[in-house]
Amino acid sequence: VYFIPGGLDCSISFVSHVLGKVCIHGRQKDILGVLVPRLTDLTKSDCIWQRICWRLVECVPDRWMEAVVLGFVQRAPGADVLSRLLGNLVVKNKKAQFVVTQKMLLLQYGHTTAVLQNLLGYLSLDSLRRTLLLRVLQELLETWSSSSAVKHSPAEQQLYISKAVLICLSHLKEPEIESCRQELLTSMMEGVKCHLDSSLPQLRRLGMVVAEAISLKMSTEGPVLKFEYEEDDETRELKSLLVQTPSSCVVPSLLDDDRSEKAGAALPLVLESNEKSHTAAPLMPVEESDAELDSDDDLIPYDMSEDKELKIKAPVYIRDCIEVLAGSRSEDVDKWEATVKALESLVRNNPAATREVSVELAKILLHLEEKTCIEGFVELRQRAQVAVLTTDPIPVAKYLTSQFYSLNYSLRQRMDILDVLVLAAQELSCPKFHGKTKHSGAQKPCIHLLPGSDSSKGWRRIVDERIKSKTRRFDMGQSRVELASRPNEFNSVAGYFFFPLIQHFDRPLTTFDLLGEDHLVLGRLVHTLAILMYLAVNTVAVTAMGKALLEFVWALRFHTDSYVRQGLLSCISSLLLSVPMERILADMTEELLETQSWLGDVMEKDPDGDCRRLAVQNLLLMENLKKKLEAVPS
Amino acid sequence: MALPPPDPQFVLRGTSAPVHTLHFSCGGPEPDIPLLFSGSENGFIHVWNLKTHRVDTALDGHGRKSVYCVETMSGKDRLLSQGRDQRICLWDLAEGRTSVTDSVFTEHVGFCRCSLLKVAQGRWLMAMAARSLEEVQILELPSKTSVCTLKPEVGAKLGMPMCLKLWQLSCGPQPLLLAGYEDGSVVLWNVSMGKALSQLNCHQEPVMSLDFDSEKAKGISGSSEKVLSIWSLNEQQNLQVYKTHELVNAGISDITIRPDKKILATAGWDHRIRIFGWKKLKPLAVLDYHTATVHCVSFSDHSTPRDRLLAAGSKDQRISVWSIYAQT
Repeated sequence: VYFIPGGLDCSISFVSHVLGKVCIHGRQKDILGVLVPRLTDLTKSDCIWQRICWRLVECVPDRWMEAVVLGFVQRAPGADVLSRLLGNLVVKNKKAQFVVTQKMLLLQYGHTTAVLQNLLGYLSLDSLRRTLLLRVLQELLETWSSSSAVKHSPAEQQLYISKAVLICLSHLKEPEIESCRQELLTSMMEGVKCHLDSSLPQLRRLGMVVAEAISLKMSTEGPVLKFEYEEDDETRELKSLLVQTPSSCVVPSLLDDDRSEKAGAALPLVLESNEKSHTAAPLMPVEESDAELDSDDDLIPYDMSEDKELKIKAPVYIRDCIEVLAGSRSEDVDKWEATVKALESLVRNNPAATREVSVELAKILLHLEEKTCIEGFVELRQRAQVAVLTTDPIPVAKYLTSQFYSLNYSLRQRMDILDVLVLAAQELSCPKFHGKTKHSGAQKPCIHLLPGSDSSKGWRRIVDERIKSKTRRFDMGQSRVELASRPNEFNSVAGYFFFPLIQHFDRPLTTFDLLGEDHLVLGRLVHTLAILMYLAVNTVAVTAMGKALLEFVWALRFHTDSYVRQGLLSCISSLLLSVPMERILADMTEELLETQSWLGDVMEKDPDGDCRRLAVQNLLLMENLKKKLEAVPS
Repeated sequence: MALPPPDPQFVLRGTSAPVHTLHFSCGGPEPDIPLLFSGSENGFIHVWNLKTHRVDTALDGHGRKSVYCVETMSGKDRLLSQGRDQRICLWDLAEGRTSVTDSVFTEHVGFCRCSLLKVAQGRWLMAMAARSLEEVQILELPSKTSVCTLKPEVGAKLGMPMCLKLWQLSCGPQPLLLAGYEDGSVVLWNVSMGKALSQLNCHQEPVMSLDFDSEKAKGISGSSEKVLSIWSLNEQQNLQVYKTHELVNAGISDITIRPDKKILATAGWDHRIRIFGWKKLKPLAVLDYHTATVHCVSFSDHSTPRDRLLAAGSKDQRISVWSIYAQT
């Protein structure tokens, strides 16, 4: 569509109508694909064309305005271009304002980052529109900091809103920040709290990145909020959004501050660096030039072959280890360190001796705290605990599961118990996993946060792979290489691991309420039960376990935390994989049907993507297992 | 075929506390008994008679707080001691007296030993770590007047001074100070002008101890890591690293060069005393007697070379005395 401004007062409203109609019918891409570049060129320097363009969009009837505006925002190559094309449309037209400030930001979340940049950049480029920018920021922050939004909205939407917040922040100028400082502070505090409360590590990270950004913007000098988290592509991308804007805004003044600080620090460094440049060249040749016979040659060295590295001996007996670890003598820290490092191998090499003191050792290890800074202390302790548990499963499992529900343990300790139970079960049930634990220990805690463990992801992967292998090749035999068979040691103890954990979950204690605020531990518990269920395949207790698990899952199926729901769905997967189908159909028919309908619900309506995927897998698994059963002639 | 390392000539027991500092006073003419002063963690300074190998006197002047530095000032009658009670005490030990004649309240809560330099008859300069974290104060004794305060510039981040050595060029009266700091650097200060001449970053960890040979303008420093660093001072008064020596085990508490500048001894955290030749830092011996960290080593000032001794004090409460390379 090329139109030449023949006359001076030509009416453009006809063209607007056409444009609107075409857009609403879904031909946005085609028409705007041609129109927008042309208009971009034309409006670059020509004011008249800019005016024409503005008139064009202003005249589009309201009912088609949304499509047109959306198209323009998506198509425009940059915020400044958008500004040229749309002018102050958002200020003049209510519908456009709604689309730009509300619909695209809060109600939709599928747009790319570039579109967000365009939109928010556009709002920031004109003083009339900046008030809208501030309003948008406030609303975005409200959403970001609302706990129900954090709990219930999908992760992608939260990411989108976080990106929008960061881009907004990057556009704000100093005086504007000053004016809304109080609100920024309140929303930041609330938002951080909700985000850190979440059980999903991605959401926690999002919260941390945004909070850091807000704090950075609010105070250019003085200590800034800094979280510890692992950088990954997402966080890097988010952070890059903050500093993207070129010349216009706060960012240069921040850079100026940095530069002046660096200049100040450079002066005392200059003196040092002068010195250092002198010291940089070591004087090697001096030795050679000292050709004189030095009287050192008279001094005959003594025999120094005994001079070796000092090694602290670790104790050789288990009871000695117990003495060292439980002893209150804080002096011999070297011995303590050596004991901690040597403990696992000692336990494994002396099973009989360990069995005599297993519960005591488990107790000491559960309460063991880091006395000196050893590398990998957490992992050492955990491996020792697993070694003790596998050497003497029944009493130690009884002890650990009872402690899980006792008073006065930290959440970290309770989660440790779960991890240890899982690792030991893994070792007892699968000979090939022995010694090759993939578990990499807990992450570093940051700002008194509860660390999340990635072990559940690894497990889910294994379970998923198992599901995949079952769903695709259910008629082919197992093509895996046969491993050397060993009696399944998990068989006799599976019940001791499993049932005590499931027993008291609904009984709150003063310091520990699984169904209340400690939903992180509940999530971990559920995942642990799923793994234990999975590992219990071919054990005698598996059917009873399956029944108990199904009841447990049924009671918790509407839990609000998505991590817990994911765990529950993994439980169902494990159940379907481990309990022989005949037993499921025989003993748990009604429950199975109810579960099936519940899974269908989850598949359609659950806000979390992972939950939906797991539900689908479970349904498929059920179908395939049933088919397999029917295929076998009875 | 190298000989096995020698055993100590004798061992002094009886301090009943870890020994932190030692100082010999054996230079006096014949009727004078050679003495060894030792400071322990229980606050006592023991005066050992090296003929009888027994304690002659025990001085209690630091309120049972650890004594970490003892030095004599022109002979055995005047003693200076520094303790963790934040005081430096001056003792009068002539004719059997055991009294504290004077004391300086340093307000220093660290472990930095002070350093003495005799500048004239009856006058000394003493360098000590002061109250403020990075400063070194120079006092004149016995008047206790402050000569100057050596402050590193703002932002230098040297940390606490860990060890000090005052010395003087033989050609001129200008006193200079070498200070090792917590960040691993050694700084050369000009005391009269009060400013730093040169700084050398020779360790990654705090400099635990240093010693300097003013004739050869070469010094050595030890730290809590495995490296000994030897540095030299060139004509422009700049410090440069001359060489480094890697030890088997990390940690050095004390280094001292023998007065004849032929050998030096290091006290290690690995319970061992190491002897090196000073010229080329050739390892000569490893003396393995103590069963805990060796805190200090000291060479005696005997006038006859044959009688020269080396003493080492350790956390195992014993002082081992060795006669090693005394014949050269």
